Amino acid sequence: MDLVTQISQSIPAILFFATAALAVVAAFNVILQRNPIYSAIALIVVMMALAGVFLTLASPFIAAIQVIVYAGAIMVLFVFVIMLLNVRAEESITDKVKYLKFVAPALFIALLAEVGAIVGAIDAVAKPAISANTVADPSKVNGTVESIAQAMFTTYLLPFEATSVLILMAIVGSMLLAKRETPEEAKMAYDAARDYREQAD
Amino acid sequence: MEEFLKTNLLHPNVAWLVEASIKMVAFWLFVTLVVAYTTYAERRVLAVIQNRLGPNRVGPFGLLQPFAELLKFIFKEDLVPLAVNKWLYIAAPAVSLVPAMMVLIVYPFGPEVTIPILNIKVPLYVTHMNVGLMYVLALTSLGVYGIVIGGWASNSKYSLLGGLRSSAQMISYELALSLSLVAVILQVGTLDLVKIVEAQSGWGGMRWNIFGLMGTGFIAFWIYLISAIAETNRVPFDLPEAETELVAGFHTEYSALKFALFFLAEYVNMTTVSVLATVMFLGGWNGPLVAQFPWLGIFYFIGKVFFFLFLYIWLRGTLPRLRYDQLMNFGWKFLLPAALFNILLAAVIALIAY
Repeated sequence: MDLVTQISQSIPAILFFATAALAVVAAFNVILQRNPIYSAIALIVVMMALAGVFLTLASPFIAAIQVIVYAGAIMVLFVFVIMLLNVRAEESITDKVKYLKFVAPALFIALLAEVGAIVGAIDAVAKPAISANTVADPSKVNGTVESIAQAMFTTYLLPFEATSVLILMAIVGSMLLAKRETPEEAKMAYDAARDYREQAD
Repeated sequence: MEEFLKTNLLHPNVAWLVEASIKMVAFWLFVTLVVAYTTYAERRVLAVIQNRLGPNRVGPFGLLQPFAELLKFIFKEDLVPLAVNKWLYIAAPAVSLVPAMMVLIVYPFGPEVTIPILNIKVPLYVTHMNVGLMYVLALTSLGVYGIVIGGWASNSKYSLLGGLRSSAQMISYELALSLSLVAVILQVGTLDLVKIVEAQSGWGGMRWNIFGLMGTGFIAFWIYLISAIAETNRVPFDLPEAETELVAGFHTEYSALKFALFFLAEYVNMTTVSVLATVMFLGGWNGPLVAQFPWLGIFYFIGKVFFFLFLYIWLRGTLPRLRYDQLMNFGWKFLLPAALFNILLAAVIALIAY
C-alpha cells in the first residue's frame, strides 16, 4: 500500500479524534464559563463537533439533523433568550442546589462505567465506511436517508408515532399557555380570584 | 477530469483532491464576482426605478465601481468601539460569511461538460452528497449566529435589537422554507441536489419541479420565494437593519472590512438562496437543447440565478417594509399553515399519480 492511500485512509480516524476532542473541550467550557453567552456558544461548538463525529462514523443524515435541530434551532432560542434578558455573568449559585453535589459524582461514575462497557464491546477491527454516493441502492447502506426512513417507517413505526404524539402534546401545551384570553375569560378569572380573596379574608 | 489526472500523472486520491480544489476556488471566485456585480446592479437598477442615473463614473458605465468600493473598504479606518466584547465582535463577520460560502460545494452549476481541445470531461459540481439538501439547510440555519453574536457583542441598543429581530425572524421563516421544499422532494425522491437537477431533465429540459404535482410545486415555489427573502433579511422583510428605526441594525458599530464581510455575507446568502431556488424549482441547468450542447446549461443556470437576484432588487425598489407584528403574523399564521397544507396536498397527488 502506498503512502497516499495510507494517508487518505487514516483521514477519517484523524477527523474523528479531532472532532471528539473538540467536543470534550467545548463541553468542559460550557460548565466552566461564568458568562452564560460564552457557555451557550461553547454548547453550539459541542453540537457542531458532535455532528462532525457522526459524519466520520458514516451517518451523514444524523449529522445534518444534529446541526439543523440543535445548533440551528434550539441553540438559537437559547442565545435569543439570554440576549433578550441580558443575563450578566452569574455569581456562584451552588448554595441553592446543595444536593446536586452528591448526585454529580455518582452520575459521573455511572457514565464512566457506560463508556467502559461500550469501549469493551467495540469490534477491534474497524470496517471502512461505504460511501452512499457510489452504490446503486442507497437504502442498503446504513446511515443514509433511505435506510433511516425505511427503518423509521417500518420497524420502528410505533416508537416514532409515540414520539410524534409527545411532541404534539408539547405544541398543544405551549399553544394553551400562549393563548390570548377573551374578555369573558378574563372576567371569569378576575371574579374567581376576587372570590378566593374574599373567602381567604 | 479526475480520469484525465489519474491516467496522466497522479495518484487517484490526489487527483480527486486537485479537481475538488480547482472547482471550489472557481465556484468561490464566480460567486464573489456575482456578488460584486449584484451590488453594482442593485444601485443601477434602483436608480432606473427611481428615475436617476446611479454610479456611472468608474470605468465604462461605472462597471469598475465594485472594485473601487472594495479598495475604499480596505483603506478605511477599522474602528473597534471600546465597549464591545472584542473576541465575539471580531469573530461575528466571519461566522456569518463562512457557512454562506460552505454551501457552494453541493450545488451543480452545470451538466457534465467537455473542455475543448484537451477533451476532458468535467462534471460542474464539487461533490454530491446523499444528504445534500439537509447539508444546505443545516448551514443556512447557522448563518443567523453571525448576525446575533455581532449584534450582541457590539454592546449597542440598536445592534442588539437588530440581532434579536433577526434571530426571531430567521427561525420563524426557516420552518416555512424547509417545509416548502418537501413538495419538491416528493416529486424527485432524493435529497441529492445533483440527482434533483438530473431528474428535471425530461420534456426537452423543461420538466421543472415548479410545474410538477398539479400546481403544488408552484405553491411551494411561492412559499419558498417569500421565506427566502425573509431568511436573507431583504426588503420587505429587512427589519434587522431597518434604517428608519435601528440606524443600521446589527452592523451599526461595524466599519471598514468587518462591515464589508457582513455585506458580502448578505449578498452571498442572496446568491445561494437564488441558486437553491433554481436547483429545486427551475430545473437548475436544464433547459431546451442542453442535451445536445452541455455548455448551454451554464448559461441557463446563470440566467435563472440572475433572474432571482434581479427580483430581489426589483422588490427593494418597489415594496415598503412590513411592521414586525405583520411579519410574524404572516410567517406563522399564513406561510407555515400554507406550507403544511401544500405538503398534504402534494402527498395525496403523488400517491395517486405514481
